[in-house]
Amino acid sequence: MTPDNGPTPAETAAAERTASEARDIGGDYDRKYGFHDDESAYDFKSKKGLDHAIVEMISRYKKEPEWMRERRHAALDVFLAKPMPRWGNSKLLDDIDFANIHYYVRASERQGKTWEEVPEQVKKTFDRLGIPEAERKFLAGVTAQYESEVVYHSIREDLDKLGVVFTDMDTGLREHEEIVRRHWGTVIPSEDNKFSALNTAVWSGGSFVYVPKGVKVEIPLQAYFRINTENMGQFERTLIIADEGSQVHYIEGCTAPTYSSDSLHSAVVELIAMPGSKIRYTTIQNWSKNVYNLVTKRAVAHAGARVEWIDGNLGSKLTMKYPAVYLVGERAHAEILSVAFSGKDQHQDAGSKVVHVAPNTTSVVTSKSISKDGGRGTYRGLVKVHKGAKGAKVNVKCDALILDAASRSDTYPTMEVDEKKVAVEHEATVSKVGDEQLFFLMSRGLTEEEATLLIVNGFIEPFTKELPMEYAVELNRLIQLEMEGSVG
Amino acid sequence: MSTSHPPLLELSDLRVAPVADDGSVGKEILKGISLTLRAGTVHALMGRNGSGKSTLSAVLMGHPKFRVTGGSMKYLGEDLTGIPVHERARKGLFLCFQYPMALPGVGVAQFLRQSVKGVRGADVPSKEFRPLVKKHLEALGIPQTFMTRYVNDGFSGGEKKRMEMLHMLLLEPRLAILDEVDSGLDVDALKVVAESINRLRSPERGQLLVTHYQRILDYVVPDEVHVLLDGEIVRSGAADLAREVESRGYEWLAKGAA
Ligand SMILES: Nc1ncnc2c1ncn2[C@@H]1O[C@H](COP(=O)(O)OP(=O)(O)O)[C@@H](O)[C@H]1O
Ligand SMILES: [Mg+2]
Repeated sequence: MTPDNGPTPAETAAAERTASEARDIGGDYDRKYGFHDDESAYDFKSKKGLDHAIVEMISRYKKEPEWMRERRHAALDVFLAKPMPRWGNSKLLDDIDFANIHYYVRASERQGKTWEEVPEQVKKTFDRLGIPEAERKFLAGVTAQYESEVVYHSIREDLDKLGVVFTDMDTGLREHEEIVRRHWGTVIPSEDNKFSALNTAVWSGGSFVYVPKGVKVEIPLQAYFRINTENMGQFERTLIIADEGSQVHYIEGCTAPTYSSDSLHSAVVELIAMPGSKIRYTTIQNWSKNVYNLVTKRAVAHAGARVEWIDGNLGSKLTMKYPAVYLVGERAHAEILSVAFSGKDQHQDAGSKVVHVAPNTTSVVTSKSISKDGGRGTYRGLVKVHKGAKGAKVNVKCDALILDAASRSDTYPTMEVDEKKVAVEHEATVSKVGDEQLFFLMSRGLTEEEATLLIVNGFIEPFTKELPMEYAVELNRLIQLEMEGSVG
Repeated sequence: MSTSHPPLLELSDLRVAPVADDGSVGKEILKGISLTLRAGTVHALMGRNGSGKSTLSAVLMGHPKFRVTGGSMKYLGEDLTGIPVHERARKGLFLCFQYPMALPGVGVAQFLRQSVKGVRGADVPSKEFRPLVKKHLEALGIPQTFMTRYVNDGFSGGEKKRMEMLHMLLLEPRLAILDEVDSGLDVDALKVVAESINRLRSPERGQLLVTHYQRILDYVVPDEVHVLLDGEIVRSGAADLAREVESRGYEWLAKGAA
């Protein structure tokens, strides 16, 4: 903001100083999350490229049941046959070199139940990321995935005694094969899309959660996903089942080193909310800017159940992610609240999908997107109300905040309503940080950067206030880094 | 007050034009304003709609939409032109907005705290901040829950002006410029606002009270009154000038009027 007749030379010099300091702060991703560990002690790293032999190797190594091995091979055929999607960001999608990816990388053969059992270097990584500390302070359980495998998992004893299962997906399959076989892939079949097929073929790690009837897990479970290797593909697979009347809050976080060539993260997450249960799934995605984040997340909500996707996307090169809820039981409710921050060379193509199948189902979708320094934010949403879903209520609100002329925001809402007796509300706004708002804030002693940050934080407040306090603080800090990192 | 100190505010032949979004400079709105406001005094600037009151208020605070095209504006002897907006605030200027902005998602407490920190240049400890806020809230007749709301978001007209007063009292500005702080207020709210301004009065401070109506001047008695018409001060005088304007309107002061 230039007052009256422009800045004086002294101010210009001061502004340049601030800008260069800010650039250094922006490099903070590298220091805080972008560091890379030595791989010489790795247990196993598959050669680059994908074929049936790799799939066979993964399944054999994991000593999986026959049905899973068959599913993997069938899924690979689906993946190879399916064309690349022609929507989202085709150009970036076409740039993915599937032959140049390591599909399975294992740092260690062991899995720790205490951090002492985790290989020293990997433990150090998670220390740096603050995971053991967070676990001590406010989590009910943690799984930490490093490359393809979960290297640590723990759950509080009291929850264990109540029959709550929180483990990595591989262990889940081994120890709870019946439940897994009944539900795995029912919400997201491998043929759903090219990337769900890919995940089904080469999945490894992820979480398996089962909450028994009536059990309420009051404090969050957390999974942390870390990619370390260059040209790595991480394909975790998560299945969460909340039995009747139960409740669970699951949080995931993720980071990776910054490399000049790309990595791929392609997860599949299935949630099953049985009647009267409640699942909240919170994501703070903070991948480095060379990671493709192509994730399929979908939930089924039975009668009176409530599913909440709280989805924050800050990092990655390209994110394509549309958390979905199928409301199949009467009075089921979906809440999808998302924030996407697109900075330089980033495209966040995110959104939501709600399908009302049963009567009196309700959904609230709130999407907030911020784009800056040429970043691109896309909201892509689908609401479908089937015939017979009488009394369904839908509320969709998309707000975009564009911080400069080089940045871009698009909204593609689709509504397919086949039932008459429904209430559908949709609202979309696009705003810029206005001169008047900045002037008001600066007249009260805030610098332009402080003023902008305050407006941005205010903009995403509806999201932040849903996060546990520690995560809200962290998110605001990350946004601050994003804002500062590119000044000047 | 001794005249050897520079006045709080000294405008001489100040000319101001608007700057459009494309950077082009428009026709002058303020056409040579001269005015000297000394510490310890209240000046009233009166004028009908469109006379340039808000333009003057905004340019003093450094609004980017306006350009000084001639003359000067000095604060404590220093030319304000070119000083960034937040620096002016840090030097002790405060503008009470005619239309305060809503800041959805930004909590009142957070905003005030950050503002006080910015202006003072140091964080205010909660121990000090809380009782201070509490004292002002009580004086302004604002419930404590006000602090947990979002700034001006869904506020009534009266609440917005009380918010501005709260902010002003917390910052204790050396020079407060109040742009139509009285507009749209009922008598009770008007009294609360007037009390706040009076509370701020001191030998070191000054206030420029910008208003369309004489009403508020019954509660905040000015030392000098200036009448602004089409970007020029057409008459200056003592407090009774305001009453004359009230009874006779602005027309008789227009150039060429009898
Ligand atoms: N940004 C602007 N661009 C062009 N003209 C403006 C701008 N701001 C104010 N004006 C004009 O300047 C004159 C004075 O406006 P203003 O200062 O708002 O008056 P007041 O506050 O006394 O009602 C009006 O004619 C108004 O239309
Ligand atoms: Mg005005």
